[in-house]
Amino acid sequence: MPVEIDIDHVALLARLDLTDEERARLKTQLGAILEHAAKVGEVAAADVAPTASPNPSVNVFREDTPEPSITHDAAMLNAPAQAGGRFMVPKIAETGS
Amino acid sequence: MTELCDRTGSALSTGLAAGEFTAIELAESSLARVEAVDDRVEAFLTKTPQVALERAAELDTYLSTGAPKPEVAGIPIALKDVLTTNGIRTTCGSRILETYVPPYDCTAWTRLSGAGSVLIGKTNCDEFAMGSSNENSAYGPVHNPWDLDTVPGGSSGGSAAAVAAGEVVWALGTDTGGSVRQPAALTGVVGLKPTYWRISRYGLIAFASSLDTVGTFTRSVRDAAILLGALAGRDHRDATSVADEPGDFLARIDRGVKGLRIGVIADAFGAGVQPDVAASVRVAIERLAALGAEVTEVDLPHAEYALSAYYLIAPSEASSNLARYDGVRYGLRVDGDDSIAMMFATRGAGFGPEVKRRIMLGTYALSAGYYEAYYGQAQKVRTLVIQDYAAAFAGVDILVSPTSPTTAFRIGEKADDPMAMYLNDIFTIPANLAGVPAISVPCGLDAGGLPIGLQLTAPALDEATLFRTAAAIESDLGLDLRPPLLAGV
Repeated sequence: MPVEIDIDHVALLARLDLTDEERARLKTQLGAILEHAAKVGEVAAADVAPTASPNPSVNVFREDTPEPSITHDAAMLNAPAQAGGRFMVPKIAETGS
Repeated sequence: MTELCDRTGSALSTGLAAGEFTAIELAESSLARVEAVDDRVEAFLTKTPQVALERAAELDTYLSTGAPKPEVAGIPIALKDVLTTNGIRTTCGSRILETYVPPYDCTAWTRLSGAGSVLIGKTNCDEFAMGSSNENSAYGPVHNPWDLDTVPGGSSGGSAAAVAAGEVVWALGTDTGGSVRQPAALTGVVGLKPTYWRISRYGLIAFASSLDTVGTFTRSVRDAAILLGALAGRDHRDATSVADEPGDFLARIDRGVKGLRIGVIADAFGAGVQPDVAASVRVAIERLAALGAEVTEVDLPHAEYALSAYYLIAPSEASSNLARYDGVRYGLRVDGDDSIAMMFATRGAGFGPEVKRRIMLGTYALSAGYYEAYYGQAQKVRTLVIQDYAAAFAGVDILVSPTSPTTAFRIGEKADDPMAMYLNDIFTIPANLAGVPAISVPCGLDAGGLPIGLQLTAPALDEATLFRTAAAIESDLGLDLRPPLLAGV
């Protein structure tokens, strides 16, 4: 059975504006994809350890050696808006009344 | 007529070193091919002819001193547009990065560039490498040089098509679930996905970090081995890159397959596999047996769950990785009343349908109440897939299957059916989950004259045996893989 999803809630978590048409289409498509994906639940794997990465190495350390990195100017080159060497954004807090 | 750009990298390297032609002549040959065919193939998003000619001129000056030449020096190359290039626009096939100019090179390009490679341009791809047809690019589809009405595969479709059409001698792509091997199969070239921790991913703009791999497109198996030799090795900027010395990938390439134990994946020839794909791969397996390999059948019992696990793990990681596109530091910004509104509007306008679908899928799979049933369970299936490979490789040296269940399909044919599209990757995904190396080698043409790929898979870090097996079948079949598009060039 297709999975029922609360599209509005998921879009809120994903910080994604969606049109009504996109919401309707995603609800159907994600329901069908998740129905297929739910097959992972058919495998009895209660005693199986999860794998996050196929790489066998853990805790890779290196010496903390200073080396040149990109300049401040280079890091700011792609900024959509900037002032005084800082990224400009619209207000992030309510102003008090 | 064949031109310099139609030759293999190894032949060109020898010719350059012997002074038969200059690096400038070679770069001009490649640029002329781009000029002649790319209005129809549309493999490139950004072309870099000036950079290419300047680099070639520098190399010619250097070579005139009699200095030793790295094998990749002077060879025209293209990079998939998810690999960062300092000062050269890198879009990931997305509107959200339409004007993004990275301030740094990815390590893969740092290595090749340092060895004198000549960059022809950046290639089209599915947006953020999500797709199997290249139709998800914000900049339009790529056309398969074998039939311009069909897809080249994806997500590295531009790199595959550019190599197939001789626009470059070789190219880099990335492979997260088959994005190098599947387009290689559909365009009749060799596509290598090395071991997960073989090539540094620094500067590979992340899609799914536990699966993403840099891979190569070449027109010969030997070229794949040469290119891997130049790319492999430890990079302190990517903690997942291997500490082992890469070794010599060419040392055993001509040894043949006599005595090699080859396991045929029994389930990979059933429903959903185009009959002439199955038949062509069967013929190649018979040839391997005739060349002295011991062929047996093997089972990967959890392979049927791999696709489901992948379409939970990859979108989950993507939903997290793509959170960085918030309109603050780089990329598109769509203004809003406050920063949160700006973020919603930017992401809504900047991402295309497939990227939105995967972000939503991943966000759901990671959300409270669903995490264990979806993402958690998928990670356990991943363990079982890894155990399947370990059991199989206890008895055989190499696994064989088709690369893709079908040959190239028509542009638009599967665009509205995500599940049908996801099934393209059914044979390629398990290797990404397990981190093992795999290669697609052309093994024939279907009834419509479209290329078919054979996939070989080896244990982790054993690319040398992949090359040895792939070279044997390539040499035995001796296919002429010049796409019809080039007949009039």
